[in-house]
Amino acid sequence: MANSKMFFQNLLLRLKTYFTTKRIINFAIVIVAYILLAIFTTDNMYSLLRLTLYSSIPLALVAMGGLYSERSGVVNIALEGIMMFGAFVGILVLHNLQAKNIDGQHILFLALLIGGIAGLAFSLLHAFASITMKSNQTISGTALNMLALALAYFVGRALSSAGTEEITFRDNFRIPSIPLLENIPFFGPILFQRIYFISLFGILLFVVMAIIAYKTKFGLRLRACGENPQAADAAGINVTRIRYIAVLISGFLAGVGGVLLIIPTTTSFKANVYGFGFLALAVLISGQWKPTRVLVFAIFFGLLRSLANGIALVQQDFESIPFLYNIIRALPKDILEMLPYVVTLVVLALTSLKSRAPKAAGEPYDQGKR
Amino acid sequence: MKKFWQTSAVEKTLATLISIVAGLLFGLIIMLIINPPMAFGGLGAIITAGFLEGGSSMGRVLFNAAPLIITGLAVAFAFKTGLFNIGVSGQLMIGAFCAVYVGVKWNLPPSIHWLVALLAGVVGGAVWAIIPALLKAFRNVHEVVATIMMNYIAMYTSKMLIEATIYDTVRQEAQQVVVGARIPTMGLDQLFGYDKINGGIIIAIIAAIIIYILLEKTTFGFQLKAVGFNRNAARYAGVNDRSNIVYSLIISGALAGLAGAVIYLVSGTGMKLETSYVISPYGFQGIAVALLGMSNPLGTLAAGFFFGYIEAANQELQSWDFKREIIDIISSSIIYFSAFTLFFQKYARKVVAFFSSFNKPKGDKTPPSGGEIKPNDTLSLEGGQENGK
Repeated sequence: MANSKMFFQNLLLRLKTYFTTKRIINFAIVIVAYILLAIFTTDNMYSLLRLTLYSSIPLALVAMGGLYSERSGVVNIALEGIMMFGAFVGILVLHNLQAKNIDGQHILFLALLIGGIAGLAFSLLHAFASITMKSNQTISGTALNMLALALAYFVGRALSSAGTEEITFRDNFRIPSIPLLENIPFFGPILFQRIYFISLFGILLFVVMAIIAYKTKFGLRLRACGENPQAADAAGINVTRIRYIAVLISGFLAGVGGVLLIIPTTTSFKANVYGFGFLALAVLISGQWKPTRVLVFAIFFGLLRSLANGIALVQQDFESIPFLYNIIRALPKDILEMLPYVVTLVVLALTSLKSRAPKAAGEPYDQGKR
Repeated sequence: MKKFWQTSAVEKTLATLISIVAGLLFGLIIMLIINPPMAFGGLGAIITAGFLEGGSSMGRVLFNAAPLIITGLAVAFAFKTGLFNIGVSGQLMIGAFCAVYVGVKWNLPPSIHWLVALLAGVVGGAVWAIIPALLKAFRNVHEVVATIMMNYIAMYTSKMLIEATIYDTVRQEAQQVVVGARIPTMGLDQLFGYDKINGGIIIAIIAAIIIYILLEKTTFGFQLKAVGFNRNAARYAGVNDRSNIVYSLIISGALAGLAGAVIYLVSGTGMKLETSYVISPYGFQGIAVALLGMSNPLGTLAAGFFFGYIEAANQELQSWDFKREIIDIISSSIIYFSAFTLFFQKYARKVVAFFSSFNKPKGDKTPPSGGEIKPNDTLSLEGGQENGK
């Protein structure tokens, strides 16, 4: 008897120390916000948020790729080019499979995988230049961006029958809903209705990669290489090997991100990833090279980007508030499309002063240097 | 005493030549994969582009080279201060809009109209560069990301500005500039027998010389380079690093604006400002030119001529069934290989050492006194002999 009484007392004490006033207030705010969101989000807003997802997931994944590379000490400006190359190869595979009347979710995953592998292969060029050859990482990255664009145009044109550089595919991969999960208030309609399986896969991949980077031995070694490679080397870590792995991972993620960006947003790839590789770099920097913040900024920028197309969707929800309605209607589309880039600059201006990049990022590893 | 062929400039040039050859080979491989029977013809077309039709081909090379040289200078100048200005494209688009606006809307006597329009372009480009410059100097925003964002903002801004002011609704592009605002041909069209060429190339050469003098012969240029080498050391020596960063990017932007004016202040058959959602490719080509020219103004001039030369192959390549992107593939792979300079330089050194060994009298085993050539090889040989004694 006394034992169980002790146990309950102990539990009570623990609960008391855990639920401080601050924690309770925070919980309450989150729950109230969640309920309010679940009640007041209209169907149109859900459509807008789904659009947001289409750009946020690739942004987050590519930024995660950048995180791996920069945390290991290699600045990867080539993300844009790697994305372009991955998307190009992935969509090409999809196009050819569909031309042979093979269809279904599995070929989408195949395209995603091959896009990732293509990105990995392309990033090998960057790894070779910046790690083995110890060359300027910005120069190599810029060259690869130009090369990927030219290759996608050139090969795309050579392969397409019409002589245009467009590669088309049929988009019939969207699934109407996932039973049970779709009934979760607020998150159900966004994540589990009218979505692509690969988008969910993208979210999963992001979480897994974040855990690897921050909760495993490999992740610790990776980050050590980006902060003080000499010390890491002295501790017995093979800096060259870790950096190679990191750049290749970033290439794989950027390739996957490229395919993930193209499939939901269009049905023809035209050697264009809309500057998402660069945006991902901006997300990475404003997210201070940390996964959670990167995710927050990716969602934020995704929302801004989807506004240009999505504003028409939510417009009618504001009809009851004439003032806002008129403003929204008067905004030119070009201004809205410009918004993410302007806001990026503003956010960077506000956050960069105390920004702390990985210390050794951008420097080739030189064993003799201290 | 160091011989001429042992100086680092020669080594660098050799390393650059190696990367050019490597880039051309890579282009050949791509062409062999895509269209084997035509590949060697295509490569031949690229190599002989500047001489195929005599004077007019050379005129085309110079015409192509002008904007490349100026954008290359813009990138190279910022490089010297340790800044990577990817935003040349955006600054160029805004500069081009300002120049064309003056060229279309203002009424000025023809003798000065083009000069004023050119100046408007310079100012437009400089103004567009002020924003990332201030962000870099005072808010520590990385200039690469900032200038990339400014590129996209410039793309939408120039589209809206063109549509609001100088839009030709029938042709869906900007209106033609008046005759007086076009850059005069300065007799070059007669000289080369190529009617598109204008004074742009002369402007480019003058700009290169001015930038060279500014960087190499003035205190201001020295301060800029000092900030580029080591910002903290320069500040410790009494150089205002912030204002130097701002000046550097503004001058770089001004050059970009000048390039925009040179490209678009042409007759109705030439380039016209479009309102599509495309970032001008000239800025990125400028990066290639600056990198190949090792950010030296005179090197940039030479690199600009080189890229102008292979650009001139565009038409000839069509007849070999290749599209112009093969040129982009070649130039980007040249840049990729030129990133290996350090590595190539080592080989260039060996090549130089090999050839200079022929000039030496027989039996002379003293290592060359030039500091850059490692005397290790010969020394170890002699050491071995000593051990054998």
